[in-house]
Amino acid sequence: MIEFRDVDKWFGSLHVLKRINLKVSGGEVVVVCGPSGSGKSTLIRCVNRLESIQSGEIIVDGQSLLDPKFDPSKLRTDVGMVFQSFNLYPHMTVLQNITLAPTKVKGLAAGEAEKVAKELLDRVGIPDKAGVYPANLSGGQQQRVAIARALAMKPKIMLFDEPTSALDPEMINEVLEVMTDLAHDGMTMVVVTHEMGFARRVAHRVVFMDEGQIIEEGKPETFFGAPQSPRAQQFLGKILSH
Amino acid sequence: MDFAVVINNVGFLIFQGFLGLGNFTGGTLRLAVPAIIFGFILGIFIGMGRLARSRWIYLPATLYVEFFRGVPLVMVIFWFWFIIPVVVGKSLPEYSVALAAFVIFEAAYFGEIVRAGIQSVPRGQAEAATATGLTRAQTMRHVILPQALRNMIPSLVTQCIVLLKDTSLASIIGYVDLTKAAQIVNNREIRPFELYLFIAVIYWLCSYGMSRYARHIERRLAVNPA
Repeated sequence: MIEFRDVDKWFGSLHVLKRINLKVSGGEVVVVCGPSGSGKSTLIRCVNRLESIQSGEIIVDGQSLLDPKFDPSKLRTDVGMVFQSFNLYPHMTVLQNITLAPTKVKGLAAGEAEKVAKELLDRVGIPDKAGVYPANLSGGQQQRVAIARALAMKPKIMLFDEPTSALDPEMINEVLEVMTDLAHDGMTMVVVTHEMGFARRVAHRVVFMDEGQIIEEGKPETFFGAPQSPRAQQFLGKILSH
Repeated sequence: MDFAVVINNVGFLIFQGFLGLGNFTGGTLRLAVPAIIFGFILGIFIGMGRLARSRWIYLPATLYVEFFRGVPLVMVIFWFWFIIPVVVGKSLPEYSVALAAFVIFEAAYFGEIVRAGIQSVPRGQAEAATATGLTRAQTMRHVILPQALRNMIPSLVTQCIVLLKDTSLASIIGYVDLTKAAQIVNNREIRPFELYLFIAVIYWLCSYGMSRYARHIERRLAVNPA
């Protein structure tokens, strides 16, 4: 479903992704972890071309992002993204946040889009918040709206960029539950997160990155049980000790 | 002090000088209102041009802003007054010349306000919109501009107030605005204190009215802050 082939990326002189090779199959849930600044977010932002790469190739759903006929807008309707800071549109109600892209990009009729939006709000557990502005929601509710907004485009792939990092501890679970449901429904997901419990329970594979490189990847039980590289051992030792 | 001079000439001062109704062209509001509207519309394009990726758009836009911000408005009005007849081959009425000069001059300032407003919207907003497949134009129209506009209100109001008061500069090419109207009456009646106090009150009421109205809009829009 997603394939990175020898991908390199620089921000100016900073080499943020080094020779990345990674394959994610359809229906797979991959958790990407690693210390901050290791290139995790940049990695997933390349998948929907929020960032461009300088060398190598990325293939999403059978299409190379380097293909001259490639249409980024079409790609982005197939790839949903959820951000650390939610990025809901503050001037629109929850319902408008969700229906904007389906009506403008896919040309869905307003009534149809609203129906879909309400079903999604039901699915993320906040059916009564349709008419509310984002400022009047808790962080956990905002993030669930953001997930519903991404799902409204009926994507084949969902990218999560530290979706719970900006949340108060008691709200983290409500978001993780929605993500777990999504994974169980067979969605292809790439999740950048520090939630190791979620990785252990839900991920099919864990990818560990450091300094722009993929250091180690494997099944969660192997990765958490017996990490191979010293760097991963050190990382896990630090974040799992408390 | 004798305010009879104001009462006797109130029709001329208000209808002619301030509003711009009557036989010969003039009027502060008649110049200021379209200058604000068209100046702002042009300013939106200048401001977006300043943020464009293509240098063929942002360089001219930047040049435009830097140029018109760097020269005095009076000078721009003079230029238009003397240059347009040479270019077009006939002289235009004072009103058209003054309006053109104001729109083009003020667009530079409005453009900077628009640019700052657009840049005040967090980057994540555009990213979220882009990630759902919206084009750059759709993102601008539905996500960025509505938020930018709200952030622009205080600076926009200041600029509108400045513009309203600056319309008095149009009198140098013979345009009869409120200040010029007061001057005309004063030349006949020699009552400068009463007349200029009266027009000061009119200008002040307008400016204060605008800033009160702006505060009202800001409060209404601030019900759902980010």
